[in-house]
Amino acid sequence: MADTSFMPTLAIAVPRRSAFARGFAHFRYVMTSNPVTFFAFVLFALMTLIALFGPALVPHDPLATLADKALKPPGAGHWFGTDHLGRDVFSRVIVATRLDLLISVSAVAISFVCGATLGAFAGYWGGWFDRLSGRLLDTIMAFPLFVLAMGIVAAAGNTIQNIVIATAIINLPFYARVARAEVSIRRNAGYVQAARLSGNSEIRILLLKILPNTLPPMMVQLSLNMGWAILNAAGLSFIGLGVRPPTAEWGIMVAEGANYIVSGEWWLALFPGAALMLAVFIFNLLGDGLRDLVDPQRRT
Amino acid sequence: MGQLSIILARCLQAIPTVFGIVVVTFLLTRALPGDPAAYFAGASATPESITEIRAKLGLDQGLPRQFATYLKDLSRGDLGQSISTGQPVAAELLKRLPASLELTLTALFLSVMTAIPLGVLAAVHQDSWIDQLCRFVVTAGVSLPTFFTGLLLIYVLYFLLGLAPAPLGRLDLLHVPPPHVTGFLVFDGLLAREWATAWSAFKQLMLPAITLALFTLAPLARMTRAAMLQALASEYLRTARAAGLSRGRVLMVYAFRNAMLPIITTLGMVFSFSLGANVLVEKVFAWPGIGSYAIEALVVSDYAAVQGFVLSMAILFVLLNLAVDTLYTLVDPRVRIDG
Repeated sequence: MADTSFMPTLAIAVPRRSAFARGFAHFRYVMTSNPVTFFAFVLFALMTLIALFGPALVPHDPLATLADKALKPPGAGHWFGTDHLGRDVFSRVIVATRLDLLISVSAVAISFVCGATLGAFAGYWGGWFDRLSGRLLDTIMAFPLFVLAMGIVAAAGNTIQNIVIATAIINLPFYARVARAEVSIRRNAGYVQAARLSGNSEIRILLLKILPNTLPPMMVQLSLNMGWAILNAAGLSFIGLGVRPPTAEWGIMVAEGANYIVSGEWWLALFPGAALMLAVFIFNLLGDGLRDLVDPQRRT
Repeated sequence: MGQLSIILARCLQAIPTVFGIVVVTFLLTRALPGDPAAYFAGASATPESITEIRAKLGLDQGLPRQFATYLKDLSRGDLGQSISTGQPVAAELLKRLPASLELTLTALFLSVMTAIPLGVLAAVHQDSWIDQLCRFVVTAGVSLPTFFTGLLLIYVLYFLLGLAPAPLGRLDLLHVPPPHVTGFLVFDGLLAREWATAWSAFKQLMLPAITLALFTLAPLARMTRAAMLQALASEYLRTARAAGLSRGRVLMVYAFRNAMLPIITTLGMVFSFSLGANVLVEKVFAWPGIGSYAIEALVVSDYAAVQGFVLSMAILFVLLNLAVDTLYTLVDPRVRIDG
């Protein structure tokens, strides 16, 4: 990317197209060259649509209880069966998509932004700030991360907001470390020195010259992280933290269904569990596709 | 530098980490919103009684003072009292630790025994069916929530096939726990020559251990495969082949020994994950370890118990990382020279 500035002849030889058109062409190339990535993008789009419009489309009220219809196996009226209170499992699984995505996406977004900022400052200026933040991150990493998240939620209070914060904190070190490493190797690169000599302020160099170049490896980290963040958040609600009944959420639905597995009512836990698994799977596939899109060199 | 002094130096490096852990757990208990004194005093508390409790708990003092008290208590092995059971937290954790360790170690053993051969075979026979199997296991392993795998296994192996016992703890009700020696029921049963008890404990252990093992299998198998592929493509391996060494010797001694280093590193990371996943598995199988103790404590907001659990898990993890590093020094001669 940065290299093009040193090869003016090459830049002229390429026909000029808008950045959007080039981006779209690359997107189309990545999509058509790898059917799995295309499939993952379609599934992701579907999941996003379900998260947005699902609550308006479901056949039953996810909270409505019908005592006479409790624990009915999957059938025509209730595709995924009904739970112990007679609620429609299908509607609940669909409605839960929004909450689960919201929790994990906001947690990952917070740790991405905070981690990138922390790591970029540490990598660019070094010194005491680098040492201090390094110590802090090492301390976070010294805990088994899921256990630390449990501790944070227990101390800060048992709310959804704290689930998001706890998940963000345990993911923070991964982003901060990548950002720090990527920034510190570019700190004195040729184009950075050129920018410095032409009178850019330090903060401008960091934000406009260095950070955009660190995005591809950060995206790779994001892709590796997203599925893991969903699993962690769902794990926390599975042990009874954050989301409270009767709210529909995959983790807590599996937890409620767990009691009925031993007596053979499998549909209570299976469908929300499968939805969770599918979401994580989509994010893992999507991550690989995203990596191809932003970082063509690492494409395999 | 001698091997021993490197290991000793590594132990000294762990001290700041442990200090950091203690500070974080302390801050989690004291500096976050919510007034423990009001909580301890209960619903019918008067302002006077809250002040009295606050003084009794030392909460009216400054944070540094409180931290000093906390350190003093910790050095005596005192993690505070659980408010729900009234027992000292440290004693309860110690009582339940063997159950968790038995589960985690069995799972790690199973997972290492499966993942390493799988990864090695996948790398040696690249793009064969075993490589595809390895890829499938790795992809499934990172997508499957642990608690969900556990429930699926219960449904299939207990409810449908009747192969596994009911997921209700470490021993079914017909058996009396064997005399306490190691705390690991299978070993204790064997030591006491109570074969039926040991067998029952073993059957109870298998399902949760397999669940946890499936979870840890993926990163291990992936790393083994990658490390083996890298070792197989290296020049020293080509030299070894050119020198006419047997295939087994090239694979096991030259390739595998070099591939072991990243595998050991991954093992440390996997242990961190499995300490967390342990909590979920213990809940699914009603396993009476420290994970389910922490969940019970979380439900009733028993802070001392939760903090004690977080602290002891973190210390356990630090100790394990020390063990991994020690193993590293033993396996890799280069660490000794560089150190």
